[in-house]
Amino acid sequence: MNRRLLPRLLLTPAVATLFLWMIVPLVMTIYFSFIRYNLMQPDQSGFVGLENFEYFVTDPSFGTAVVNTLLLLGSVILITVVLGVAIALLINEPFPGRGIVRVLLISPFFVMPTVNALMWKNMMMNPIYGVLAQVWIFFGAQPVDWLTDHPLFSVIVMVAWQWLPFATLIFMTALQSMNHEQLEAARMDGANYLQQLRYLYVPHLARSVAVVVMIELIFLLSIFAEIYTTTAGGPGDASTNVTFLIFKQALLNFDAGVASAGALFAVVLANIAAVFLIRMVGKNLDK
Amino acid sequence: MAYLQLRGIEKFFGEHRAIKGIDLTIEQGEFIVFVGPSGCGKSTLLRLIAGLESIDGGTLMLDGRDITDQPSSKRDLAMVFQSYALYPHMSVYENMSFALKLAKVDKQVIDEKVQNAARILNLTQYLQRTPKELSGGQRQRVAIGRAIVRAPKVFLFDEPLSNLDAALRGQTRVEIAKLHRDLGATTIYVTHDQVEAMTLADRVVVLRDGQIEQVGSPLELYDRPANQFVAQFIGTPQMNVVPYAQLPAPVQQLAPQAATGGAVGLRPECVAVRAGALAGQGGVASGQVELVEALGAETLIYVRTTQGAQVVARQSERTGLQAGDAVALDIAAEHAHWFDSAGRVVAPAVAAAA
Amino acid sequence: MTARRRSKFPLGLLALRTAVAWGVALLLVFPLAWLFLTAFKTELQAIAVPPLFVFTPTLENFHEVQERSDYLLYAKNSVITSVLSTLVGLMLAAPAAYAMAFFKGKHTKDILMWMLSTKMMPAVGALVPIYVLAQKSHLLDTQLALIIVFALSNLPIMVWMLYSHFKDIPHEILEAARMDGATLWQEVRLVLLPLGMGGLASTGLLCLVLSWNEAFWSLNLSAAKAGTLATLIASYSSPEGLFWAKLSAASLMAIAPIVVFGWFSQKQLVQGLTFGAVK
Repeated sequence: MNRRLLPRLLLTPAVATLFLWMIVPLVMTIYFSFIRYNLMQPDQSGFVGLENFEYFVTDPSFGTAVVNTLLLLGSVILITVVLGVAIALLINEPFPGRGIVRVLLISPFFVMPTVNALMWKNMMMNPIYGVLAQVWIFFGAQPVDWLTDHPLFSVIVMVAWQWLPFATLIFMTALQSMNHEQLEAARMDGANYLQQLRYLYVPHLARSVAVVVMIELIFLLSIFAEIYTTTAGGPGDASTNVTFLIFKQALLNFDAGVASAGALFAVVLANIAAVFLIRMVGKNLDK
Repeated sequence: MAYLQLRGIEKFFGEHRAIKGIDLTIEQGEFIVFVGPSGCGKSTLLRLIAGLESIDGGTLMLDGRDITDQPSSKRDLAMVFQSYALYPHMSVYENMSFALKLAKVDKQVIDEKVQNAARILNLTQYLQRTPKELSGGQRQRVAIGRAIVRAPKVFLFDEPLSNLDAALRGQTRVEIAKLHRDLGATTIYVTHDQVEAMTLADRVVVLRDGQIEQVGSPLELYDRPANQFVAQFIGTPQMNVVPYAQLPAPVQQLAPQAATGGAVGLRPECVAVRAGALAGQGGVASGQVELVEALGAETLIYVRTTQGAQVVARQSERTGLQAGDAVALDIAAEHAHWFDSAGRVVAPAVAAAA
Repeated sequence: MTARRRSKFPLGLLALRTAVAWGVALLLVFPLAWLFLTAFKTELQAIAVPPLFVFTPTLENFHEVQERSDYLLYAKNSVITSVLSTLVGLMLAAPAAYAMAFFKGKHTKDILMWMLSTKMMPAVGALVPIYVLAQKSHLLDTQLALIIVFALSNLPIMVWMLYSHFKDIPHEILEAARMDGATLWQEVRLVLLPLGMGGLASTGLLCLVLSWNEAFWSLNLSAAKAGTLATLIASYSSPEGLFWAKLSAASLMAIAPIVVFGWFSQKQLVQGLTFGAVK
């Protein structure tokens, strides 16, 4: 059995398909971004240079979309990291029912994004029948029409709710790998909890925080289903992010050219975060 | 007749030449031990023989057949791994019968062989257990049993005792020696422990940096080491090697011409210690006791000579000496090994130590 | 048993921790719990103001939802696309992971990292081309398109996870099999597969979860014929409130199995989605 040929043969199907999966769309996207192409009228008409890019960037919604994307990313990451660390620290020590609590905390992540969206839209956020409205009334306040008045915030809440378990789970895993002897030594040296936090826990968690931030940067860029299902990017473009904007161009305006230009923009953004993540993963692989 | 011949065996890992042309002949029934420091290539050489790594140069012949390019499965060799490598999802019985099953041997015959091996190794009551449920020593016996059942042409052992605790190690060593005596199988055994090498081997192969330093019976290596490396590797405590420059003048005069700039080697049992620093009274060097280790059956005395050399003396009597005492050292010149500056033996000890 | 804390009231701290932890957990899971409850209410009960916590549960919603022929169709699509994409993914990933774990070469690490990097590209970057390709090859709104897309989307993660699992199998066990006379195929079939089965199962489970929940491609590439449950639920985003109970029932049925599977695949999730960057 040829020991050099075999692994190459085995790798080929996966590598080849992934390569195609990566290259073909990329090449096509680049190509489309330089031509005029309407999906309703599939006769492509010629090279238009950088016109698509210009069009995408000068779209009145573009600025808003970028800002929304940044707000979305920033808020969700902030919420999930801060709360995630807090919760992970909270349940790091044993207490009655810890197993069940863990299971409960993790559940939101496995809920389908569209169910997640509608659940919040109808159950929680509806200004008349929603639970939040009832709570507001209970405290004597006027219920808020979340999706209409604060669309981006509502999306942020939905997404943060869904991704908090992910962050928590990761921090829980990281905490479990902490060196117990180090903690005991610190305790014997007289460190109280806050000092332990500052000098032991936080540095240890720093790495997993970095990982969570980068992973969320990459995946949250593509938030789509929640927006599609609840606000459709609106009212106006108040809750449109870059991904949704591209979608609008592609499948609502049927302008594949502009959409492709936008897609390249998103890819570049994602690449920036990906480069850092790859480096971290690479370091880990060496261990 | 099974005999194993290695001719010019070479192995490269990338640019690094790990095995540098090994020639070795092993007779049937011999117990050969590969010994050497970490990284010397002994495990690599074993794996080359086993077929787990490919041979880059040279030939390997087994029983007249060229097996250089044969896959492991066709070499008719059995290996006992350092980590035992038992199949965790199979019972002891299945572990031991696996190879025979693959060879489509008749079930009856398999059962006979497995039961037989289990009896020899005291594993009969564990046959239905899985490796998880066994202790380290038991797992090791299963690993050996797995090899015995196959009755291969050569047994290969890769540091089998290193994962056992000290007491078990000694015990198992004796058992392996007995097994070899009873089965008479050709065996290649890799270890870094020279005590195992000395006690188990018919012949020892000392390796360093991918090359053979010396091959010989254990006592041959002890009494007539070919170079300083072998001399210091074999024997505990290590042979005293004192550079020429640190020898007292009278001793230097005893040195053969080629040993100038080299060193002298003296086994600890060839160095006698006498209280009182009067060199003139028969002692060739004087010094101060640094440490006394009383082991019960023997005593080790560490002395630093006035020339700055550190020497260990071994004697079977108890001593009243203590750290700081002034002593004289006495050596038996006929037991000295002289080395040149490259470490090669110039004049071996004339007499074997008593 | 709680570790001894340098506090005067260790029991008090434990009680506080328990209370806060449970409080947070219940608060976070509340929306799901509410969904669960609503599924067993009648429509009128579902929109009751103030919201009802105590009521007599009914199964009528589940019956009604199942009777709608399109629910079953969407459910079937979800099952078929998740299961088949998982199988396809495993068939592509397993040999690759095996090759990388046991025949480590100069480029193994690079290939692995490259594979992971393809997962990091936003799906939206491929939206237009994939849509166009699907359109041109008449694969829009087909199960096949979804199967391919799901499998390829999850392939990097599956390779990575199988690779980690295979690496954990001591290679000496496979060498022992080789010494025992096993051919490569026997080595794989009799030793590797039994030992790797756990890894294959948990990787498959994770892929199943990811494919089932996949919304981006489902929403864009499928509609009435091959739509998955994700698509179905999304189509109910009309503002009427008169069928919340049924929507809850449908949603509950759509998510329940996956949430349960998810509980079992927590560890894989961390491994897989962080690409192993967190131990």
